[in-house]
Amino acid sequence: MITLENINRSFGDKQVLHDLSFSIGDGRMTGFVGSNGSGKTTTMRILLGVLTADSGTITVDGAPITADHRSAIGYMPEERGLYPKMPIIDQLVYLARFHGLSRQAAKARGLELLEQLELGGEPTDTLESVSLGNQQKVQIAAALIHDPQVLVLDEPFSGLDPAAVERTLDVLSSFAASGAPVLFSSHQLDLVERLVDDLVIINEGRLVAAGTAGELRRQRSLPEWTLHTDSDLGWVREMPDVSVVELDGNWVRFTAPDPTAAEAVLRRALTVSTVSSFAPHTVALNRLFQEVTQS
Amino acid sequence: MSRAVTNRAGFTTAMGLVIEREIMVRLKSKAFMISTILSIVILGVLVGVSGALPSLFSSTDRVAVTSASAQAVAGIDDIEPVDVDDANEARTLVTAEEVEAAVVESPDSPTGLAVLSLRSAPESLIASLSLTPEVELLDPDAPDPTLTSFIGLGLGLVFFMAAMTFGNTIASSVVEEKQSRIVEILLASTSARVLMFGKVIACTILAFAQIGLTAVAVMTGAAISGNDLVLGKVAEPIAWFVPLFVVGFVMVAALYAAAASMVSRPEDLASTSMPIMMLIFLPYMGVIIFSSNEAVMAVLSYIPFSAAVAVPMRVFLGTIEWWEPLVSLAVLIITTLLALLLATRIFEGSILRSGPKLSWGQALKSSS
Repeated sequence: MITLENINRSFGDKQVLHDLSFSIGDGRMTGFVGSNGSGKTTTMRILLGVLTADSGTITVDGAPITADHRSAIGYMPEERGLYPKMPIIDQLVYLARFHGLSRQAAKARGLELLEQLELGGEPTDTLESVSLGNQQKVQIAAALIHDPQVLVLDEPFSGLDPAAVERTLDVLSSFAASGAPVLFSSHQLDLVERLVDDLVIINEGRLVAAGTAGELRRQRSLPEWTLHTDSDLGWVREMPDVSVVELDGNWVRFTAPDPTAAEAVLRRALTVSTVSSFAPHTVALNRLFQEVTQS
Repeated sequence: MSRAVTNRAGFTTAMGLVIEREIMVRLKSKAFMISTILSIVILGVLVGVSGALPSLFSSTDRVAVTSASAQAVAGIDDIEPVDVDDANEARTLVTAEEVEAAVVESPDSPTGLAVLSLRSAPESLIASLSLTPEVELLDPDAPDPTLTSFIGLGLGLVFFMAAMTFGNTIASSVVEEKQSRIVEILLASTSARVLMFGKVIACTILAFAQIGLTAVAVMTGAAISGNDLVLGKVAEPIAWFVPLFVVGFVMVAALYAAAASMVSRPEDLASTSMPIMMLIFLPYMGVIIFSSNEAVMAVLSYIPFSAAVAVPMRVFLGTIEWWEPLVSLAVLIITTLLALLLATRIFEGSILRSGPKLSWGQALKSSS
């Protein structure tokens, strides 16, 4: 478990992080969400030790983070890149040796990873000579080359085609399943929703929400239901405690403070028409995100 | 999958990795190897054949001689005597352009000989037959002005070319890492200082290896051609050039690394590295222009950017006190340490900044 506490950071006069605190749990995929310029990359760089925080602490299982802890993090920066003109396996070995791996161990591990990721091309090819999809695989291999115990990925899905997204997802979920913490930022909220165990939402350098997606939904919104019948549902507007979010003839989506109020709507509907569906409605993460960042 | 032990590599280990990569990349680069080998071979061959050069450009002249003048012509280089019976026959051969000239007896001439030629007589012939006043050399070892300016030009060129070439090498290597963003991955596993020092050291090693090999080629060439001019008199100046060059080169390389860290694209490199180029170029020009002005040369030998050339020249001319090169070296070392400090600060502050290029002023401000 990695915990960030009260992290502050300014660039010149501009403070980009304000008392930011959150945790990344072991074996959990933590989605890091925020609009552009909200401080996600800065936070990740501070976690990695690429930047230093002006104040605040980072602990790993309660103890202050050390260089060796940081060395055990696999990192994929947002704008990725490796040496275009260097053979693929050579750069993996080069990166691994900064983490204390021997040349032989690094090479064996690199070849193993490239095979697992099904690299289309020879390990001795230069990076620029293989396709973009394959370059992406090499990038993943670069993050995993030293057998990290934590993964930190900045926008790992941006610019990927659907096949590459799936491949990356596989790698991330199997990594988290091994009990390691995974933190990744993303703009693609539909993907985040599918994938994450925990969510950390920041806005203008401040934490606005943290927790499981379900918890956040409960915290932020009244529960919603949808109802579909064979006659007009305009009458739902007059029901007590209930407010209509969206109404389209025979279909309505409404909020109710508790299931009893919602059931009252259903009961009335059953008396005036035939009900074809009635269900709780899950708020899309998109809306949740808008709610928390705009409130 | 077995779990490997991961321990962040220490400062020297990590720097060793950077040095190794930088050197291997250059050694595997065809352009670098070809230009290095070509320059070494060309220089070696040039010096090697320099002894034989005069004979390549000279030709043997046929000269008509009579029985009386044959004695005087015998033994002169590049002259092939053609025996004739008398002065008249010699005159005919010259007019017919069968010989370049003729040497005949002439009682009126102080040497007792006359040279007949159509338009101009071969100079070696005239020189050999002329009376020469007695020459007494008072100081045969006094510095030859031609050699002095040759040393200035030569050492200056070596310093200038090495600084420019390897300065640009280090700069493009920094920009490559910055532009491809691999620098962010590297900084997650090591420090900016390691990256910069590693590059500076690697470039210094490469520059020295290249210059050392060139020097070996030139010495070998000189030994082959028996040219003691290169071997003998310049040993001491070169002994001073080497340490001054190494330290000065480290300074230039560090400044180039800093200049490169301020840009995100290779196109912007020219503008941030311009001040460094000027710092190298102007003192170099000064050394060449003022090579015979002792006062200016004395000043230039204490300026860090020109010391590597000015000090060896003054050592060669013998116009320098024994302690002066030491002071000059000390000044250079202090300046280099300051330059390293400055470059490290700029490098650390700028290497992660993307977008428009920074000016030196901005880079310094943001690093403080």
